[in-house]
Amino acid sequence: MSIVTVQLGQCGNQIGFEVFNALFTDSQSSQGLCSKRENEAYQASCKERFFREEKGVPIARAVLVDMEPKVINHVLSKAAQSGQWKYSQHACFCQKQGSGNNWAYGYSVHGPKHEDSIMNLIQKEVEKCDSLNGFFIIMSIAGGTGSGLGAFLTQHLHDHYSNALKMNQIIWPYGTGEVIVQNYNSILTLSHLYRSSDALLIHENDTIHKICAKLMNIKQISFGDINQVLAHQLGSVFQPTYSVEGSFHYRRNPLGIDWQVRPPLPGLPPLGKMSQNREQHFNTSLANLVILRGKDVQNANLEGFKDPALYTSWLGPDEAFTVWKTQRAFSRYEKSAALVSNSQFFVKPLDTIVGKAWNMFASKAYVHQYTKFGIEEEGFLDSFTLLEQVVASYRNL
Amino acid sequence: MTQSVVVQVGQCGNQIGCCFWDLALREHAAVNQKGIYDEAIGSFFRNVDTRVVGDGSSISKGKICSLKARAVLIDMEEGVVNEILQGPLRDVFDSKQLITDISGSGNNWAVGHKVFGSLYREQILEKLRKSAEHCDCLQCFFILHSMGGGTGSGLGTFLLKVLEDEFPEVYRFVTSVYPSSEDDVITSPYNSLLAVKELNEHADCVLPIDNQSLFDIISKIDLVVNSGKLGPIVKPNSLVTSGGTAFKKQHKKPFDAMNNIVANLLLHLTSSARFEGSLNMDLNEISMNLVPFPQLHYLVSSLTPLYTLADVNIPPRRLDLMFSDAFSKDHQLIQADPKHSLYLACALMVRGNVQISDLRRNIERLKPSLQFVSWNQEGWKTSLCSVPPVGHSHSLLALANNTCVKPTFIELRERFMRLYKKKAHLHHYLQVEGMEESCFTEAVSSLSALIEEYDQLDATKSLPVEDVQRLSIAV
Repeated sequence: MSIVTVQLGQCGNQIGFEVFNALFTDSQSSQGLCSKRENEAYQASCKERFFREEKGVPIARAVLVDMEPKVINHVLSKAAQSGQWKYSQHACFCQKQGSGNNWAYGYSVHGPKHEDSIMNLIQKEVEKCDSLNGFFIIMSIAGGTGSGLGAFLTQHLHDHYSNALKMNQIIWPYGTGEVIVQNYNSILTLSHLYRSSDALLIHENDTIHKICAKLMNIKQISFGDINQVLAHQLGSVFQPTYSVEGSFHYRRNPLGIDWQVRPPLPGLPPLGKMSQNREQHFNTSLANLVILRGKDVQNANLEGFKDPALYTSWLGPDEAFTVWKTQRAFSRYEKSAALVSNSQFFVKPLDTIVGKAWNMFASKAYVHQYTKFGIEEEGFLDSFTLLEQVVASYRNL
Repeated sequence: MTQSVVVQVGQCGNQIGCCFWDLALREHAAVNQKGIYDEAIGSFFRNVDTRVVGDGSSISKGKICSLKARAVLIDMEEGVVNEILQGPLRDVFDSKQLITDISGSGNNWAVGHKVFGSLYREQILEKLRKSAEHCDCLQCFFILHSMGGGTGSGLGTFLLKVLEDEFPEVYRFVTSVYPSSEDDVITSPYNSLLAVKELNEHADCVLPIDNQSLFDIISKIDLVVNSGKLGPIVKPNSLVTSGGTAFKKQHKKPFDAMNNIVANLLLHLTSSARFEGSLNMDLNEISMNLVPFPQLHYLVSSLTPLYTLADVNIPPRRLDLMFSDAFSKDHQLIQADPKHSLYLACALMVRGNVQISDLRRNIERLKPSLQFVSWNQEGWKTSLCSVPPVGHSHSLLALANNTCVKPTFIELRERFMRLYKKKAHLHHYLQVEGMEESCFTEAVSSLSALIEEYDQLDATKSLPVEDVQRLSIAV
């Protein structure tokens, strides 16, 4: 079962590179802490899922899209330099002039103009899979290409490949200062993705930045550092595991919307103590997925996750909680755990962004930049309405 | 990657342009050691095989043969352009991309705009179209001019309308040098005011610069350099003011050093579009993020460092100093006080070995002392370009859309009214065909409307920041 990754914009491409690197490096690792046979099965599954082979060299199952060439060129050469794996030159789509941080430009101009070319590239990559599980779309929501073109493409993937899972990895921008119109771009993206994506995996730049600063003690944090932490987290979620039925299988969550990734806890402590990280008031979860890798996974005590107080009254822990395990250690950590959670945790950041965007919209600042390319005030209002509904729904869990 | 075309108009515009091309060549020479023509150089230069007769066919790949600037040089006197064509940069300019006349505009906006405008319209269009044809993706026109004279001010702004009509999708970024209050051109207030109306209506983005600020910067640098207070040697290439000549030599022309600062501004503005980095910022993003309403497109720029010491390994404390400097009046290219006015938006374009954490730390540090408008409390746009400028390990260009430009406009209006009330020198303008008193009154209205917009924003400064009531949803 294979996954085709679509890397969009500067952010998507920079992260995508780190993800493939992390996946490949981990799969090649000899310190798996498991039997040789198991290691080989793990490697084969990872390869099948994310890579294909051309003349003996692993090629990432990815399509790289950006509206200007610098980042893709950089990423292509970095991958080739590793000597281990690379991207296919033919799987890249580039233009000359970027999207100018303008969601409307990405969605209404670039989208329709390049739809055929990009969908063709994706189709070619899909044809090279024996069986397609789904799409993993990496994008930021603050800029113009990842956000606008990303929303457009996800819609089209939804229309063309209705049976395939579409999971969007979205990068939540720093609270202050990446792009001034980031709040507009974010709400427009989220409202559109809501209608066509199956799952939104959210990572906040602020949170990962804190991880780098506090947990990893990095002094001068670069985007490279941030992307590597992110790639590590994604790797610990996506690498093969045994499903309950006992075969390696990337499963689709039956509920399917709004996952949220929490930082993995490398190594010890024993998992029963994870409840210490919970906030003061209960954060109600719709569903939780725990992924355990490494030594002693069979003995892990997961009772803390089965507390009914964590869940809604209408979906108890029996249905809402799942665990996947494998003895094969990830990235040379003797024990590691990841939690993917669909919960109220993301209400606060969403509410904040909607609030800021609404304040700006009330003054009509920057709106002319969007109406210039066909996104009218009504489009904004529709987005606000939808997201307020999401916030309200989650609050009422 | 996209291309930009520089249109330099009038004496000031051409002198600045000349400095810019010199610095641009130096920068690309330092970065591109192998001499291969790449997309970065291509943004400002064509690669031409001069052995081929005729236009010189453009070569898109391979070694650099002969670089031609993507420029159009316009002046109604021959002196400055001739000097450029006889100077060390003569081969960089395409001799067919010039428009000159001999009589000059006599420091009269009307002559520049109406007389020469109509006379040279077709030629101008032709040269512009030619430049555009040589680009496979033209993104931006940079117009360099001054406001106080006749050609740069009049013909330069006439050009804006032509560009808007002919190339509506290409951005028009204007670098305007404003006259200082002790300007010796008596009619400069007339010229400036008439030009401002055109800038209001036809420019996408204006970077106003005033001579007084540039002069102050030069004086400070000279003071520091000559005082011997700097222990280690100041690297000669590092001066923002030097075009490669040793800093100790007297500048032949007094404006050279000042023009170099403006040239550096343009280099920094386009650095993230030309070179790679972890957070790129293209020219269209400047307009998108810094212009919240179409008329409010005047950006205050400040540049650091202005010089650097031989010590290349700069620890974080010095790095933070660079950010503080960018917000100090000493480094601004226009006399204004942004810290005591209202920020609508601010962009920080960083070059060199600076990471996202350095950027964030400094934004957190500086934010409390700056006032942002209520609907854009976190209005920062940032970019990180890995390639530092020549002679420095890092640099920072700050662009602010701030209400502090209002006093500049008010003062301009006052100086204008003083002259206009007396009808001094007015006949020089009115006798030009197409000029009427209404041109003046309309220009004043346009400027007053702009001032009024800034006033309204300033009025919100003292109000508490309240959240607008959100939509309420029935669940």
